[in-house]
Amino acid sequence: MSKEPDVLVIGGGNAALCAALMAREAGASVLLLESAPREWRGGNSMHVRNLRCMHDAPQDVLVDAYPEEEYWQDLLKVTGGLTDERLARIAIRHSSRCRPWMMRHGVRFQPPLSGALHVARTNAFFMGGGKALVNAYYRSAQNLGVAVRYDTPVKSLELDAGRFVAAITESGERIAARSCVLACGGFESNIAWQREAWGQNERGEWPVDNFLIRGTRYNQGVLLKFMLDAGADSIGDPTQAHCVAIDARAPLYDGGICTRIDCVSLGVVVNREARRFYDEGEDFWPKRYAIWGRLVAQQPGQTAWSIIDQKAIGRFMPPVFEGTKAQSLEELAGKIGLDVSAFMATLAAYNAACRPGTFDHTALDDCRTEGLEPAKTHWALPIDRAPFYAFQLKPGITFTYLGMKCDETAAVRFGGAPSPNLFAAGEMMAGNVLGKGYTAGVGMSIGTAFGRIAGVNAARCVGRNHPEFEKEFAFAAAR
Amino acid sequence: MPPLDKAAAPPLAALLTAGEQEVARILQICNACRYCEGFCAVFPAMTRRLEFGKADTHYLANLCHNCGACLHACQYAPPHEFMVNVPQAMAKTRVQTYADFAWPPAFGQLYKRAGLTVALALAGCLALFLTLAAAMSGGLTRAVAGGNFYAVFPHNFLALVFGLAFLYAIFALGVAVAKFWRQISPQMTADPRDRPAARAARAPAAAEAAMNVATMKYLDGGHGEGCNDEDDRFTLARRRFHHFTLYGFLLCFAATSVATLYHYVFGLQAPYAWTSLPVLLGVVGGLGLIVGPAGLLWLNLRRHPMQGDPEQHGMDRGFIALLLLTSLTGFAVLVLRETSAMPVLLAVHLGVVMALFLTLPYGKFAHGVFRAAALLKFAIEKRLANRLALGGD
Repeated sequence: MSKEPDVLVIGGGNAALCAALMAREAGASVLLLESAPREWRGGNSMHVRNLRCMHDAPQDVLVDAYPEEEYWQDLLKVTGGLTDERLARIAIRHSSRCRPWMMRHGVRFQPPLSGALHVARTNAFFMGGGKALVNAYYRSAQNLGVAVRYDTPVKSLELDAGRFVAAITESGERIAARSCVLACGGFESNIAWQREAWGQNERGEWPVDNFLIRGTRYNQGVLLKFMLDAGADSIGDPTQAHCVAIDARAPLYDGGICTRIDCVSLGVVVNREARRFYDEGEDFWPKRYAIWGRLVAQQPGQTAWSIIDQKAIGRFMPPVFEGTKAQSLEELAGKIGLDVSAFMATLAAYNAACRPGTFDHTALDDCRTEGLEPAKTHWALPIDRAPFYAFQLKPGITFTYLGMKCDETAAVRFGGAPSPNLFAAGEMMAGNVLGKGYTAGVGMSIGTAFGRIAGVNAARCVGRNHPEFEKEFAFAAAR
Repeated sequence: MPPLDKAAAPPLAALLTAGEQEVARILQICNACRYCEGFCAVFPAMTRRLEFGKADTHYLANLCHNCGACLHACQYAPPHEFMVNVPQAMAKTRVQTYADFAWPPAFGQLYKRAGLTVALALAGCLALFLTLAAAMSGGLTRAVAGGNFYAVFPHNFLALVFGLAFLYAIFALGVAVAKFWRQISPQMTADPRDRPAARAARAPAAAEAAMNVATMKYLDGGHGEGCNDEDDRFTLARRRFHHFTLYGFLLCFAATSVATLYHYVFGLQAPYAWTSLPVLLGVVGGLGLIVGPAGLLWLNLRRHPMQGDPEQHGMDRGFIALLLLTSLTGFAVLVLRETSAMPVLLAVHLGVVMALFLTLPYGKFAHGVFRAAALLKFAIEKRLANRLALGGD
């Protein structure tokens, strides 16, 4: 692209692509800058699995109904009220109408995956996952004439009293445009920033030193930091991140979905001192996995071990790495390097506290412990049948909540005043809707809704109106 | 990634070849991810298993159609350190199964040099038929009245030689696929509770598998838009060119079969008129065998280097070349049958066809037979109860 583009999109994941496609559909010329090389393009979107969708009746891959109110209540519950209801409802309603547009751009949906039937009603799965979605959007962008540059991290923006003027790349290139969408992610991959956010604990440890990043290595938060320093209104707790317990052997970045450990509720979890620290059977695992990252992060060394026996095999989603296996509990403790007598005491106390019941891992069953602290309230079976397995856990960061405060136009705000031509989408503003917590597929709902809105508004402020979005958005905004 | 820990019980991993271990390693990652379930049969079959032994890797490798969808969609594909490349691992193990189950066993080695095998078979058969033509009919360039092939080679001689070669190919492939089936199928009914269901599944499963072979369903990408070739774009070209090739081949075979019936049952001698059934079938089939293999070759040359096993290019392209030569030389014989070039062209055509027949059990043709068996197993297996009761993630 030789001349200055109408719309500059900074970022290369789902929200950025949605913005670029919408702006291009509206007739604007669009340049998209992706900081990653082509093979790592797409940011965290390459790891996503599905879209949480409101629907009043069955729709192709979605069964039953998931009405707006139920979706809203779910969101309210997981965020503990840390959400902007107006923006949340826009994202929710938008999710009920956006899939035909996604499909027009090549995204394909598939029936719920085996092992994910608990979200068959609420979530539409991308065929092939997020990378297939990202590929489809890039193909469509190319077909529509969106210019894409990989390996182009942006270091700062040139702003004029809240108006976007130009982007300055890491290599010093100045790229001017008439409007701009920022959709380049949070700061979860920036270990130094994470270290600062989590600080030092009472044991003198820097917990982040033992954290793993589940997603892209490219979300360094460079522009988020720049924007906040430049006075953009912020939203979300800078010290908070979505954090789950994952296999300690996962790579530092991009471990994605497969490094999760799903056997926690079927056994016990002990820390480095071989002590249990939380009720492993509090609720169904899909409802509890998101608290275990933080629980593990609070343990010495930010690690723990999920211990199961033969009875659990075949009852949980297969792990990506084989567990440490032993024919006796003593041997297992030795193999994973825990104090054998402390470990045996913990297991003996647990086994002795298990009350007889009827085991059923598909229900909140009556197998529980009695007189044990902390209790295990469901699925408590004695761990007594060899072979025994241990999976070491570490906290895995999915994303950060800190972002820029936005209104329903997705415009970035400075001291409450919206920028006339600078918009934000994706993780950079998801904190408006998701102030804390998480529920499967909601990040994609927010990213798709506000990515599209940001793209439409970025095009509108250069005099290009999207032909169809008005009607679709009117539904999302007015219902 | 640490090595698989299979310390207890039979050392499963130790019995696997390097290629099979790579399939097992990758499927363990896939089984923990499952994003690709909608693309094809491989991933639903995978989710019925928790670990992958030799027979599982053989079955799943042959169930894979190398469509490439899961490679381009994979969050763990290179440069990710997990280095997941399902189509490539499957392709490597697939060709190993062809060699392992080949009959006679020693001939399995031919798969490892399949391109050379085809070239040598072709050279040998060409030399043979050119020499025979010269010896039997007293010259390669004399005009033969009325395009009478049997003035060059007697009909009974051709029927005998090609009949034997074809029967040999069928027999060798039949033995190979039977060995393959026996190896991958016992685990299907390992649980006695499954046996009645497996019996009841036979007929519907066979019908489904036949349909999946006939339509090449799993080249549709799961969404109907086809497979990948040079990049993440989907195209139905590979499926269509396969249709041309398969049905072209079958029509040519039908042409020969009808001609044989004409000869022995009705006493009608070749050459047949352009409007006769054998010629019409042969022409339509031959066109299919030009369009199909030419298209497949074009796609094969453009294919993304990570999709499939580049070491098998010789096998793939050798087979494609033989099919293409079969149809091209067949047309040359048909068009020039009234000229003095006919004896040479006929000898060349017969040499090509003989090379094709003799290499059927030791080249790319095997993929159709092994794939059909794997599809049949899949169609039976999916009708049996899934005994895994995995909790949600």
